[in-house]
Amino acid sequence: MKPFDYRRADDVAAAVALLSRDREAVFLGGGTNLVDHLRLGVATPGLLVDITRLPLDRIEELPDGGVRVGGTVRNSDLAADPLIRERYPVLSQALLSGASGQLRNLATTGGNLLQRTRCVYFQDVTTACNKRVPGSGCSALEGYQRYHAILGASPDCIATHPSDMAVAMAVLDAVVQVTGPDGERAVPLGDFHRLPGDEPQHDTVLRHGELVTAMDLPALPDGMTSLYRKVRDRASYAFALVSVAAALDVRDGVVADVRIALGGVAHKPWRAARAERELRGAPATDDSFRRAAEAELSAAQPVAGNAFKVPLARNTLVATLRELTGRTPR
Amino acid sequence: MTTTDRRFPPRAVGTPLDRLDGHAKVTGTARYAYEQPVDAPAYLHAVQATVARGRITAIDTEAAEAVPGVLAVLTHHNAPRLADTGDAELAVLQSDAVAFRGQIIGGVVATTSETARYAASLVRTTYDEQPHDTGLRADRDDLYAPEKVNGGYATDTAQGDVEAALAAAAVTVDRTYSTAMYHNNPMEPLTTVACWADGELTLHDSTQGVHMVRSQVAPLFRLETEQVHVVSPHVGGGFGSKGTPHAPVVLAAMAAHLVPGRPVKFALTRQQMFSLAGYRTPTVQRVRLGADRDGRLAALSVDAISQTSRIKEFAEQTAVPSRTMYAAPHRRTTHRVARLDVPVPSWMRAPGECPGMFGAEVAMDELADACGVDPVELRVRNEPETDPESGLPFSSRNLVACLREGARRIGWERRDPTPRARYEEGRLVGLGVAASVYPVLWMPGSSATVRAGADGRYTVSIGAADLGTGTWTALTQIAADALDVPVERVELRIGDTVFPPASVAGGSSGITAWGSAVVHAARRMRESFGESPHEGAEATGETGDNPATERFAMYAFGAQFAEIRVHPETGEVRVPRLVGVFAAGRIVNPKTARSQLIGGMTMGLSMALHEQSYFDDHVGQVANHDFAEYHIATNADVDRIEASWLDEDDPHVNPMGTKGIGEIGIVGTAAAVANAAYNATGVRVRDLPITLDKFLDS
Repeated sequence: MKPFDYRRADDVAAAVALLSRDREAVFLGGGTNLVDHLRLGVATPGLLVDITRLPLDRIEELPDGGVRVGGTVRNSDLAADPLIRERYPVLSQALLSGASGQLRNLATTGGNLLQRTRCVYFQDVTTACNKRVPGSGCSALEGYQRYHAILGASPDCIATHPSDMAVAMAVLDAVVQVTGPDGERAVPLGDFHRLPGDEPQHDTVLRHGELVTAMDLPALPDGMTSLYRKVRDRASYAFALVSVAAALDVRDGVVADVRIALGGVAHKPWRAARAERELRGAPATDDSFRRAAEAELSAAQPVAGNAFKVPLARNTLVATLRELTGRTPR
Repeated sequence: MTTTDRRFPPRAVGTPLDRLDGHAKVTGTARYAYEQPVDAPAYLHAVQATVARGRITAIDTEAAEAVPGVLAVLTHHNAPRLADTGDAELAVLQSDAVAFRGQIIGGVVATTSETARYAASLVRTTYDEQPHDTGLRADRDDLYAPEKVNGGYATDTAQGDVEAALAAAAVTVDRTYSTAMYHNNPMEPLTTVACWADGELTLHDSTQGVHMVRSQVAPLFRLETEQVHVVSPHVGGGFGSKGTPHAPVVLAAMAAHLVPGRPVKFALTRQQMFSLAGYRTPTVQRVRLGADRDGRLAALSVDAISQTSRIKEFAEQTAVPSRTMYAAPHRRTTHRVARLDVPVPSWMRAPGECPGMFGAEVAMDELADACGVDPVELRVRNEPETDPESGLPFSSRNLVACLREGARRIGWERRDPTPRARYEEGRLVGLGVAASVYPVLWMPGSSATVRAGADGRYTVSIGAADLGTGTWTALTQIAADALDVPVERVELRIGDTVFPPASVAGGSSGITAWGSAVVHAARRMRESFGESPHEGAEATGETGDNPATERFAMYAFGAQFAEIRVHPETGEVRVPRLVGVFAAGRIVNPKTARSQLIGGMTMGLSMALHEQSYFDDHVGQVANHDFAEYHIATNADVDRIEASWLDEDDPHVNPMGTKGIGEIGIVGTAAAVANAAYNATGVRVRDLPITLDKFLDS
């Protein structure tokens, strides 16, 4: 790995200041993704600013009934937190379906949100990748596509965002709290990650020097139950082929309210707005669920190596919504 | 002498002795190659080709050499000239030619491993790149018949008239199956610590055979065999990847040559394991079966295709197990190979049998289905009286008993032969069976020394290997019984070329070969020095020839049963239960043996459901070259795996009556799982792995 300097930040302002005067500096959280990238040469920063000692490791209730999760809360702590388990089971489930126990003990909330695609070409500096080296080409277009996008991709990049946690946060309408050189701002999670377009090198709207200090989780409306369902190639320690985060409120057999986000299918957690619209007011039946899934996936543009994800996403969405209604199949 | 003329009564043999090296391993004090404490080590990192075919036109090492801490940069310009031993895989840095992507084209030696790796990334290479060809397909027009296939077997065999018998058969199966490319990935990658002193070379190497490394490395450097010392007391898994020297050990020795007197440490990264440590070739297998309505085979034909590299031939013996399994008067097997711009394939646990028994045993399931005969019964009906192709009697063959016992254990009577008939807890449930086979290989050329110590103690020395398999323990048990003393009186010494030569730990032959030498040495000790030898008395024994191998066909057999559960909507596959029953001669240590068999079955499960090296033909390399993307079964994927064995007394195989158990556990597992998947879903998966997309309707 390329030699680098290391500094430990004592407070948020100092951390932001260290980055804002050095284009080669990056924040170091749990390091579960960044340290791999240092070894692989995918990231070659000149300075690591360690933010794990910042006072951002708390989970606290907000006056409006929501919960604020600090940016350096460890994934395992967040998953096990009683408040999270009780109010946002979808988030706890998503976290526990990700990575391994050892990785979750290290990984931070902010880092999870900012983790980079696991596209094999992005992680191999000997191959072309527009995300890693803009303009170099996309090896995945003719290569290994099993973990790649079916929605919202571009001719420049078909990578997916690998996070489970972020998919759950998308369905929870989380708001990302950011502090940067120009002060603080709040970014709704749905606007935080980008689609690749012709600038796949930018995963998010975050600017250099901006630090994720917290994620605010609004309370789920009364009557909504939530669930995270991850489908993958092995039972543990694999990224999602498709995942579904859903929250559902059924009254008198009719969908009163619903939120759906898909993981493993796009460059960002994919909020299935079209499926949600189809479902609101519809009977809570397999037929409705299937129609809604098909409506959402009508925009899908799979490639040869991941065409199976379209029926997989459809079927997984139907099964997840059905499970939320408490019914058994058939 | 014949090694089977006298047998000893087992006492320690057959008991579940705890691993003698267990305490050292769980407390972290067992030293592996890379962990050898050496003075002031330097560290090596390999530079690899980034094109799949071509010539290096320039290699700029200036930036790498300028990095503080860099001691030397090796390229084909300054590398020591090696003698040509005819093995192009080991001719490291001897020319500007690139034969596959990932081939070693240089190395950086530095004071830290991080510095070496960083400097290696600064080496700039330009190539005269030529179009590469890496795709294995059955319709290639350049497939060729190798002279022999791995193991020294004939490339093709034929008896009777297969085509006529197929044409006349009441029921036929004609299907093509494929297995994926797989990479041996022991926890411990290939590692070497190399040091030159006084013109001699010492290698602490992670290897399946210290003497094998010595005998192949010495001539490269124009050394006498005795001038190379190889040490390897503990090995963190091999699975064949350490069964023959690959390029990295040569690079390490070269690098150390540039810093004489200073040891050089070298470990491959996980990614590098996917191009420099061998792998199991993908295979395409066309299997044709012709039978009467009761499933009795008249014709059996297997045509297997595999790949090899441009620089070295390795021809997987995929069709060989079909020469032994079932009776059929008309039969043929063929092997064809494509020579491609790919890394060098090599041994991976049960080469030949492991991939070959996928197509063959799924085809038997298809035949059972077509005839309406129970798959267990079908195999019993086709049991041969003698080895079908050689005509030799079997020294022992208990496949039928394994099938019956396995069927009893898994509850085979619950199986509904109609696919999709069982639906439980939201999953489609099925059962499947497949047979296992592995030859009893006789490897001559090992010797062992027994030395009498004080107080009735003995030191037994042999340059054997323990890959984590239990050699330390099992060989001690054999020595104790051969000397007729308690195991506490035996001190075993292995894993070092200072000890007598031993054959490589491969082909499930280790205990058979080394144990035979140990028994012979013990016998000599008693013959020469009696029951109370003086301290310092020494006797040496050899693994000689076993004439019985000319008179008998020698194989271990087994039967594997799988229960599978498939999600009807997502296609997710789980295997809650695997049952394996084996007939593999005498079991030396039931505890380590069970671990070996369960380990093999787990690896077979992993092959069935997960493993696949995705070779990107555009880029020219394995795309998913790390453990996040190359999926190996996790604990969560492995539920109940039950391995057991039948008591089998085979007087012909060797003095211990052992057949070898390192590989048979992986043979047939994937077929059993695929057959269970068909029973559960009605979907016949003929191409591994059995992933969820294969069960999805569009």
